Amino acid sequence: MILSPLVTVILLVALVLTALPPSVLSRLVGAQSGFAGVLLASVAGSVTLIPGFAAFPMARMLLDSGAGIVQVGVLVSTLMMVGVVTLPMERSIFGWKAAIARNLLAYGHSFIVGLALWLAFR
Amino acid sequence: MNRFSGILATVALCGFYLAFSPGKALPFFSLAGSNFLVVLSMLPPVFILLGLFDAWVPRQRVTALIGEKSGLVGAGLSIFLGSFAAGPLYLAFPIAETLLKKGTGLFNVFLFVGAWSTMKIPMLLFEIQNLGLRFAAVRYAMSVLGIFWIAWAVEKQLGEKGRSELVERFRS
Repeated sequence: MILSPLVTVILLVALVLTALPPSVLSRLVGAQSGFAGVLLASVAGSVTLIPGFAAFPMARMLLDSGAGIVQVGVLVSTLMMVGVVTLPMERSIFGWKAAIARNLLAYGHSFIVGLALWLAFR
Repeated sequence: MNRFSGILATVALCGFYLAFSPGKALPFFSLAGSNFLVVLSMLPPVFILLGLFDAWVPRQRVTALIGEKSGLVGAGLSIFLGSFAAGPLYLAFPIAETLLKKGTGLFNVFLFVGAWSTMKIPMLLFEIQNLGLRFAAVRYAMSVLGIFWIAWAVEKQLGEKGRSELVERFRS
């Protein structure tokens, strides 16, 4: 019963990661990409679902190839806290209202994290 | 049938993508395969622990420790539980279900899910290693604030009625 949504998630992650390689990603969320880059990072982080042990080396790779620290921070934050693909699973336990509220708030919070990182690394 | 429509659509989508870029088949299957193995290896311990928790820990005990009226200690304990976990967020949901069935307070369950999503200690060490102490420290500090206000706001958003409906669903 739990395996069916899990397999769906795993396939979607693999699909997104192969369709969007890190080299393309780091160009899109470069240090000079500004708020557009932050926005893009937040959307990318929300719709993808990468386990932490793969996400941090990937974030490192992005930084090394020129991504901005705020963009990467927002990406990491949305990756961990916002899960569009897992929304159906979350809904089955908490209901639509709470599931959507939690994801929207976590999405908003990621921008606060980005702001804090911007202040810390200015 | 409805249960499998999601997975069927996903398989169709992947098949469609691979049909147009067959060169991506190898990276796709190796990524999907390794992720699948990781999740498979994590499932048994999670469900064994859940089963043991379900069988051994009496409901009154859970309610007393992390129930609706457990206050600050309950909140701290819920965060502690969430941050010592390992594994992706979607593994937290079946655990949250068991926690609710056992009488955990709703606010505490949201704290647990929040802590699981972004405060896991093993992940923090890994984050420091990869992104540096300053990056990890700023993000972690913000996460603590974040999971509290998000848990508070989600509960608020549900309202009294939504809250009791949700809790009642797990009380039978």
